[in-house]
Amino acid sequence: MANQTLPTNAWPADAAPYDLISPSRKRLGWALMAAATFGLLAVIALEILYKTDADTVGFDTWRPVVYAYVLWGVALGIGQVLTRGEDGQRALFLLPALLFTIAMVIFPTLFGFYIALTDWNLSSFSGRKFNGLANFWQMLGDPYYRNALLNMVLYVLAVSVEYVIAFGLALLLNAQIRARKFFRVVFLMPLMLSPVAVSWMIGKSLMEYRFGPAATLARYLGWENPAFFSDPITARISIMVLDAWTFIPFMMIMLLAGLQAMSREVLEAARVDGANAWQTFWQVTFPLMLPVSVTAVILRIIFKLKLADIIITVTSGGPGGATDSVSSFIYREYRDRSNVGYGTMLAMVYLIIIVVFVTWLLKFASRFVRNVN
Amino acid sequence: MSVQTTEYVASEIRSPASFVASRVFIYGALVFWAFICLFPIYWTITTSFKTAVDVTQGHLIPFVDFQPDWKGWRSLGLSPDSIFQTSTVREEFLKRFMNSVITSVGASSLAIIIGSLAAYGLTRYRYHFAWFKNEDISFFFLSQLILPPVVLALPFLVLYREVGLLDTRVGLILLYTLMVLPIVIWIMRDQFNSIPVELEEAALVDGLSIWGAFFRIVMPIALPGMVAAFILAMVLCWNEYFFAALLTSTDAKTIPVMVASQTGSQGINWWSMAALATAAIAPLAVIGIALERYLIMGMTAGAVK
Repeated sequence: MANQTLPTNAWPADAAPYDLISPSRKRLGWALMAAATFGLLAVIALEILYKTDADTVGFDTWRPVVYAYVLWGVALGIGQVLTRGEDGQRALFLLPALLFTIAMVIFPTLFGFYIALTDWNLSSFSGRKFNGLANFWQMLGDPYYRNALLNMVLYVLAVSVEYVIAFGLALLLNAQIRARKFFRVVFLMPLMLSPVAVSWMIGKSLMEYRFGPAATLARYLGWENPAFFSDPITARISIMVLDAWTFIPFMMIMLLAGLQAMSREVLEAARVDGANAWQTFWQVTFPLMLPVSVTAVILRIIFKLKLADIIITVTSGGPGGATDSVSSFIYREYRDRSNVGYGTMLAMVYLIIIVVFVTWLLKFASRFVRNVN
Repeated sequence: MSVQTTEYVASEIRSPASFVASRVFIYGALVFWAFICLFPIYWTITTSFKTAVDVTQGHLIPFVDFQPDWKGWRSLGLSPDSIFQTSTVREEFLKRFMNSVITSVGASSLAIIIGSLAAYGLTRYRYHFAWFKNEDISFFFLSQLILPPVVLALPFLVLYREVGLLDTRVGLILLYTLMVLPIVIWIMRDQFNSIPVELEEAALVDGLSIWGAFFRIVMPIALPGMVAAFILAMVLCWNEYFFAALLTSTDAKTIPVMVASQTGSQGINWWSMAALATAAIAPLAVIGIALERYLIMGMTAGAVK
């Protein structure tokens, strides 16, 4: 992914600017940026002093700091243009997104690592106190968290089944059929629907034990006791089915695009060489589709790792935490037990696991694709 | 994505019998999957017109199995006979609905603006911020996609309380923008890469500034991509539940939170839940049907080279 960004057609940033910048304009720019930085730091310092009761002048919330940050960003942008001319104008394209993401990600994540090291229960009166790695040790002995991690492995493995179905659907849509657009829209539909509404529509209503159509069908097919969410294995499978229903279209569309982009000559050549449909698929179509498949599967896994809302709304992790994903477990840790410190530690550990896993996955995938082609 | 006919399938069929068999199989599979996709939607819409007896007896087909009734919609204050009367449920629903509209449109717009600018910069110029080069900056943006909401949720809860953004639409808009920004940048980078740089060079020679060239030459060409990114972002924001459930309580609650808060209770009113679910999915279903082309364009950006 990353190496595509190197623009072959970019203008060098160090090309001579054709507007010459006067020293006074430069000085103005520097002064503006310095003043803005000073202002931002002053507001932060004032707020810290006020919050720690060191002085009485200040604001009730930290919101002025946010305004100060925005103003600082604007001043930084103007300063860039003033001091660097056209280079500054180019930097202006990137600055808003960069400042926004840094403010919204870096700071909360660092703050999160700090919260993870505290004993902090919102419902207790004692407030926040630093307790080092105690949360971490508690986590190691937490069978529910281990179970949630194990569930994530199972849920991620379910992507392989989704992939097979999505590939089959993409092949169907790519075949010579009538009403292709109709079927494409219909197949895409589940992806548009809110998972929470889907949870109710399917999980709570269609799969309802007494009179849901799915239960009726299951009884008709000979399953005497169609309780979809009462024993752990069935409940996990039901969750996987629900999630698959929403997300199969996502992979399907990517694979379909891959199929349509495939060159016709190769398939022609395979047929001239006497390959039948089965051989053509396994020896031509499938290998050519590998790069698209890998992208689709990796994106799907990334989305799967965030799985939470369906579980929260359908089973709330039940029965007995059996269907919990990590996200839904942490959600309940906060919502039901107000355990901010411990929940954040779990989230941070999960983040580290995910980063390591996805990095490994990307490395593995790029090597895999290169070896095959 | 163009609709192509694929002749090779037909030409390799040997006998008429196997041709018919393959047709039957293909259409059978298509219809089967269409049924799987549509039946839950059908079930929800019909349930919103059922009375208690019709639900518990599992009646399926309106007018044949059961007589449709406005009961579900009346409980939302949206049936023909109750639409002109005052209804607290309808007010609540409309408030949540507007919250959803404002947050998702706001976040998508903000993400499109700053995301397009960043994507344009990254495809056209070389940056050095300290030791960060273009590839590092791109990776920084795209890597946000991996970040699970649960990691940010609790720190944001605490920070938002300090900043006074808890339970506000602005707070949600900021978070949703963060959530969709990587996707927007991914799509728009693909878009700008496909626009030849000579166009802007010509514009610069003609005396436009860098930003003038962007707004007057590049933007109009990249507009379809922006629409695609916007719609995809809309879908993600509209359906988002996790942050909304944690960070809003009374003022800024969105539709998914409202739907979820009804499911927990034991005595579910099937008809009103079904009406609520229908109302929650309807806007996106319409968008999905009307703007399917853009959605597909957004989803396949960068996937096929």
